[in-house]
Amino acid sequence: MNLPARITLDHGSGGLVSQELISGLFLKYLRCPQLRHLEDCALLEGISGQIAFSTDSYVVDPLFFPGGDIGKLAVHGTINDLAMRGARPIALSLALIMEEGFELTKLERIIASVAESSEAAGVAVVTGDTKVVPRGKADGIFITTTGIGRVANRVFISGTKARPGDVVLLSGTLADHGITIMTAQAGLEVGGDLHSDTQPLHRMVAALLDDVEDAVHVLRDPTRGGLATTLCEIARSSAVEIEVDEEHLPIRPAVATACALIGLDPLYLANEGKCIVICSPEAQYKVLAVMRALPEAADAVCIGRVIDGRAGRVNLRTRIGGQRLLEPLTGQPLPRIC
Amino acid sequence: MNLDERFRERELCTPLLEKIHRISRLNTRPMRIMEVCGTHTVSIFRHGIRTLLPKEITLLSGPGCPVCVTPAGHIDLCLQAARHPEVVLATFGDLMRVPGSHGSLADARARGEARAEVVYSPMDALAMARQNASVQVVFPAIGFETTAPTIAATVLAAHQQKIGNFSIIPLAKTMPGALLQLLSDDELELSGLLCPGHVSAIIGAKVYQPLVDHFGLGCAVAGFEPADILAGLLALLQQQVHGKARVDNCYPRAVTDQGNIRAQNLLAQVFAPVESEWRGLGSIAASGLALRSEYQQFDAVKRLQLSASQVPDPPACRCGSVLKGLLQPPQCPLYGRSCTPLSPIGPCMVSTEGTCAAYYRYGDDTAANFTTIGNHYSKNSC
Repeated sequence: MNLPARITLDHGSGGLVSQELISGLFLKYLRCPQLRHLEDCALLEGISGQIAFSTDSYVVDPLFFPGGDIGKLAVHGTINDLAMRGARPIALSLALIMEEGFELTKLERIIASVAESSEAAGVAVVTGDTKVVPRGKADGIFITTTGIGRVANRVFISGTKARPGDVVLLSGTLADHGITIMTAQAGLEVGGDLHSDTQPLHRMVAALLDDVEDAVHVLRDPTRGGLATTLCEIARSSAVEIEVDEEHLPIRPAVATACALIGLDPLYLANEGKCIVICSPEAQYKVLAVMRALPEAADAVCIGRVIDGRAGRVNLRTRIGGQRLLEPLTGQPLPRIC
Repeated sequence: MNLDERFRERELCTPLLEKIHRISRLNTRPMRIMEVCGTHTVSIFRHGIRTLLPKEITLLSGPGCPVCVTPAGHIDLCLQAARHPEVVLATFGDLMRVPGSHGSLADARARGEARAEVVYSPMDALAMARQNASVQVVFPAIGFETTAPTIAATVLAAHQQKIGNFSIIPLAKTMPGALLQLLSDDELELSGLLCPGHVSAIIGAKVYQPLVDHFGLGCAVAGFEPADILAGLLALLQQQVHGKARVDNCYPRAVTDQGNIRAQNLLAQVFAPVESEWRGLGSIAASGLALRSEYQQFDAVKRLQLSASQVPDPPACRCGSVLKGLLQPPQCPLYGRSCTPLSPIGPCMVSTEGTCAAYYRYGDDTAANFTTIGNHYSKNSC
């Protein structure tokens, strides 16, 4: 089948040209049997327990960046959103909005990446949709993925469940994704190795639920807004104070350097493959051991504790022994002028 | 790249702090220190330095954020340029949300009335001009001596490469004149000045000597890591206790007496000193940088016939007093109420290095009813 070099409005028409794109490109990579007959929806059987259901849209610029691309991000992001409530992901949907003129080679790379990541994660894309809008009405491609998962009836993991005495653990280094995107957008050649940390976390969550389920109170992935904003949300939802030790925060030197150069605070930059785990203090070492046994959380550390202080407050104990309040991110992080 | 990591180590900072506390006990007069530079303000908050100092030491923030001292009328120039049908305004990110007399660049862009792109260097703006011959790329040259040499180098490059669709709005400012003006205000009652490390790297530590001579004011040039700042504060405290004001260079790894001669020459080649309007401080002679006659063709104000107007500060906005250190941000009636980083009324709330924004982000003085706000005018990172 000969596909043209660029996407045209016909590819979103639902007619023959759409069918050619789906069969000639999408089904070449996405091989779930559910997709084969191009039905209007997928049927999923035998789901017991609570159903977790989440959706997220991806508009990242640039589409391809060190460590990943929009396709990989779209798969991992939704898997992680499900996992953060203790769900075992079952299936994903994939919806694309493309701009007329979008290059097919790029689309193919993205779809191949979606297929590879969903296969590696063991969570299939079972349904999808494609739309095309006129040139200038979108920026290349936007992707929405929706996922469903299963949560055992007894499990209730929530941002409201942090309680005084709990410890705050982090699965790995901070700000890798955010700084990679910011430097790529700026076209900055920064020394050192910057790459996105995008990765699925559902296996790590499953391991925690298998081994230390009762001890785990909160799971959150600090994506947009970064660690600081996510901790503020938890502190507010749980009506507790959270104390964080700056000296325990893992930040790779290349990331710290790039942040200093552009004038951004790594505590406010996005992560796409990291997890905050808040658990009971007696289980701390067990939880850390379970996390560190997996490659996605090999650098897991304890970064702080939940205390019975002012509800909603997040206090950072700085490396030199001072105190600094962490507030939620306001607006877009802007690089400084000098 | 050296990140000066060791200047963040507790082993280095604790002895400095102990010494500050020890000497502070010998000090009998109140100690009011102004940190001139916005990067100092942010660093002081970020490392929690205030929480570690003796109570007797008060830190005031000065006019050291270039966005903050740019008056609304000059922001309007940028908006006028951005609204011009042929223009793309290529600007540092800080400027996007600064309110002019009728909203910000971000507002105008959201309404489809203006074209503005964030760049990280004026050279990026020049590259944008080279790659897009059909548009006029205008770069708002806002900044101090730290940023101005790069802008000068960009203008020279544009001149050499004969790029006809690039220009700047010449709004850069220089520090020494503004400091003299500021310090002539008796209300301030300063005991010492923590002088800006980056600016000093360009202009040299010797420029502060007149402040010592005229006002008997202690000066310490300091870098931006915690140990740098503590060393600067300690030097000022020692000067006060010994009753001897002078210029201490506590940032010798970056700053010399003479400064960066090459950068100074570059500035002198492209720019000439001109009277400039500062928010909060008024008009100050020879404190702005205008393009020399050889480079007039790169002046967007002339090329696009932009006209600056005097715009009064918004009623009740106290940015002027905050910039002079006369008022701490929480004392402003608008602070944290109608003026927040998301909908700033005054410029001190906008820039990441603005005093009010720093207080709001790091301080403990506001009502805790903040909201997390997402992406406002450009695509986020995911």
